[in-house]
Amino acid sequence: MNLDAKIPSGPIAEKWDKHRFNLKVVNPANKRKYKVLVVGSGLAGASAAASLAELGYDVDCFCFQDSPRRAHSIAAQGGINAAKNYQNDGDSIYRLFYDTVKGGDYRAREANVYRLAQVSNNIIDQCVAQGVPFARDYGGLLANRSFGGAQVSRTFYARGQTGQQLLLGAYSALSRQIGAGKVKMHARTEMLDLVLVDGHARGIVTRNLVSGKIQSWAGDAVILATGGYGNVFYLSTNAKGCNVTAAYRAYKRGAGFANPCFTQIHPTCIPVSGDYQSKLTLMSESLRNDGRVWVPAEGGDKRAAGDISEAERDYYLERRYPSFGNLVPRDVASRAAKKACDEGRGVGETGLGVYLDFADAINRLGEDQVRARYGNLFHMYEKITGENPYQVPMRIYPAVHYTMGGLWVDYNLMSNVPGLHVLGEANFSDHGANRLGASALMQGLADGYFVIPYTIGDYLATSSGDKVSTEQQEFKDAEAQANQQVDKFLSIGGKRSPDSFHKELGKIMWEYCGMARNEAGLKTALEKIPALREEFWENLSVPGSGADFNTTLEKAGRVADFLEFGEMMCNDALLRTESCGGHFREEYQSEEGEALRDDENFCHGAIWEYSGAGNAPTRHREELEFEYVKLTQRSYK
Amino acid sequence: MNLTLKVWRQSGPQDKGKIVDYAVKDINSHMSFLEMLDVLNEELIAKGEEPIAFDHDCREGICGSCSMMIDGIPHGPDRGTTACQLHMRRFKDGDVVYVEPWQAKAFPVIKDLVVDRSAFDRIIQSGGFVSINTGNAQDANALPVNKDSAEAAFDAAACIGCGACVAACPNASAMLFVAAKVSHLGKLPQGQPERAKRVQSMVSTMDTEGFGSCTNTFECEAACPKEISVTNIAQMNRDYMQSSLGD
Repeated sequence: MNLDAKIPSGPIAEKWDKHRFNLKVVNPANKRKYKVLVVGSGLAGASAAASLAELGYDVDCFCFQDSPRRAHSIAAQGGINAAKNYQNDGDSIYRLFYDTVKGGDYRAREANVYRLAQVSNNIIDQCVAQGVPFARDYGGLLANRSFGGAQVSRTFYARGQTGQQLLLGAYSALSRQIGAGKVKMHARTEMLDLVLVDGHARGIVTRNLVSGKIQSWAGDAVILATGGYGNVFYLSTNAKGCNVTAAYRAYKRGAGFANPCFTQIHPTCIPVSGDYQSKLTLMSESLRNDGRVWVPAEGGDKRAAGDISEAERDYYLERRYPSFGNLVPRDVASRAAKKACDEGRGVGETGLGVYLDFADAINRLGEDQVRARYGNLFHMYEKITGENPYQVPMRIYPAVHYTMGGLWVDYNLMSNVPGLHVLGEANFSDHGANRLGASALMQGLADGYFVIPYTIGDYLATSSGDKVSTEQQEFKDAEAQANQQVDKFLSIGGKRSPDSFHKELGKIMWEYCGMARNEAGLKTALEKIPALREEFWENLSVPGSGADFNTTLEKAGRVADFLEFGEMMCNDALLRTESCGGHFREEYQSEEGEALRDDENFCHGAIWEYSGAGNAPTRHREELEFEYVKLTQRSYK
Repeated sequence: MNLTLKVWRQSGPQDKGKIVDYAVKDINSHMSFLEMLDVLNEELIAKGEEPIAFDHDCREGICGSCSMMIDGIPHGPDRGTTACQLHMRRFKDGDVVYVEPWQAKAFPVIKDLVVDRSAFDRIIQSGGFVSINTGNAQDANALPVNKDSAEAAFDAAACIGCGACVAACPNASAMLFVAAKVSHLGKLPQGQPERAKRVQSMVSTMDTEGFGSCTNTFECEAACPKEISVTNIAQMNRDYMQSSLGD
């Protein structure tokens, strides 16, 4: 497997400029001759599709939702980072770069992260120009707030709906190109396979979710911007439709899958209330700017929060991490919450919850000010729990939120399969083993607006330029396989729904490959998953037909892939015998219970190569070199 | 609690469709309305029957996918709430609840509760944007925006494009949806160069897509899960008039 990261030489601050000059460009008149297939219409996909069409490329864009505006980027709440230093508080591109590498626990590629920090400023400019209504102060200038893992205020936000506003910005840019006839949009269309011709990614196979039609699309390059795989846990903050299928099918066609065990557990979500639960809802990290996290000092204290005096409370984040306090990074905050609950100090009916208390903020700022900052989040919390967070503290618990792992890409965001580019959460490149808050929006838009428009030109200008047709055998074979799978799902005639298998898989993953992992648990999971998969293929029930709108059939395909993917995740977690960022192996922790990295043996990305059905995949490495940020034990004390 | 659901079932666009009764039992009051439908659907699949098709995705009230009339009200009885955020504590044991799709000529039914809302996308494609190519922007702070204008623009921009306004309107008008976008961009300096062209073009697309006219019944505002104000419609009418005279 060719894993040349193609990192440009030279000082880090000059790499991207130099690289942009060295990249081949496609002459403006020739761009329209190239067809680019973009799968996904979230921040990364929509921004890429719009920007490439503006440049003149012929773009087809696909999404499984009924409209590109509904991609799950829309649910991001808190904000987007940029190194503008508008607050004059000492921020810089270098500091954003440094914080991101450190926050990722030294498992990201320095050159990619530096570029991300560089283009972060262009993103804010672009979004404001599109009419994104960011928060402003009374002078009319942009406002900022702080997020975890940073000691400066660099987060731009639009109330608690930043993702929505940024996505609507990208959607409007995409819509403009659709209206102009430069992008052909295919909504309610799900990618089922990647098609390679002569080793290059030259097309995809899709299923129209309304008519059931399975169809091929040929192009000169393929871009996957299909998001993360957090739904392997069934319960997560992802949307119900989020899935790993596109990325996993690309993996089966030869693309390397990097660091699948790096998953982010977000510390502030609304706790699970019952077995019927279908998803988890995030309460933005921005709440930790003003909310204080605590549990009763003594275990088993079942009194109401208001009856517990200050002296009987343990503000454990402030106690353990005095310099970052409630704003420690997500992995640290999540583990601390789990520890408090494991000690029997958890709150709420299930004991799996901690308080996030705004009483001090309301006293200090007044209820109106708190409402202005977080009103929609408080409203959402009350809708879901029936409790009023202005009067009683919120109860929160960690939940699966984001996946740092993804398809391996080089500096050009191209996978090891030539022509297959991967953007946003679907790739693995920028967040290492832990993503900092407000950095996902930044990365999705950086990839789509400011990286791929340059790098794809180099691929197209240097590729053969031969056209392929969907009549070719490679396409016909992939279509036949997709059709066979649909027929198989419909013919099993068992008793259990896709969701019931999905829930069971999720429980296995959360129990053994969740917030804390150990060898015995992972080995247990590796026995349970294949057994569950076997039952799936014998006892699945999918009513209805393949020739119309059939949501059970859609789910069956996604769950089938999760059932294979989960196994790869557990294997990755088992073989990474260190703790880093979101990957916490209980055997490897410091005396204070912090993640203990093993830089000597694991300062690398682990990339999995598919070796055929029934064979164990091969684990490759990309060694990581840290020239600028010194490898140290992360400390937020 | 136990409920009787009366659900619109329609196998496809050509099917006539009908209301079918379902008894749902042992519903927990902490469930969301959609989780209650999940429970019913699991039972149907276990019996080998096709589950009720409905659009949903984020289940946190922001993607705008979910779209159903619950007892004749878009998204159900709670103000400012999408169907996915409506919880069963709002209902009581023994209730009979009608669940139907959006009903509008411009939103044809695909299956059961699922409708085709692509007309909304086409309205945005006709002008709901600022024409700025990637890379052309000046520094974000070069153009200050009065805080009140920025807040007002945000209030309009909060629209999730669910279509409840159309479903609530006796004329199936899309005025609130269109006005929200026209106002959002019209209140910001970035939206000024195309302001006149935008409103003309979006209104014209709205008409050709088959949405009805506005007769100021304001059902749209009452049904809007994001509580978008009808004052946006007045603003749009003003812009439309002004841009028509300007021609």
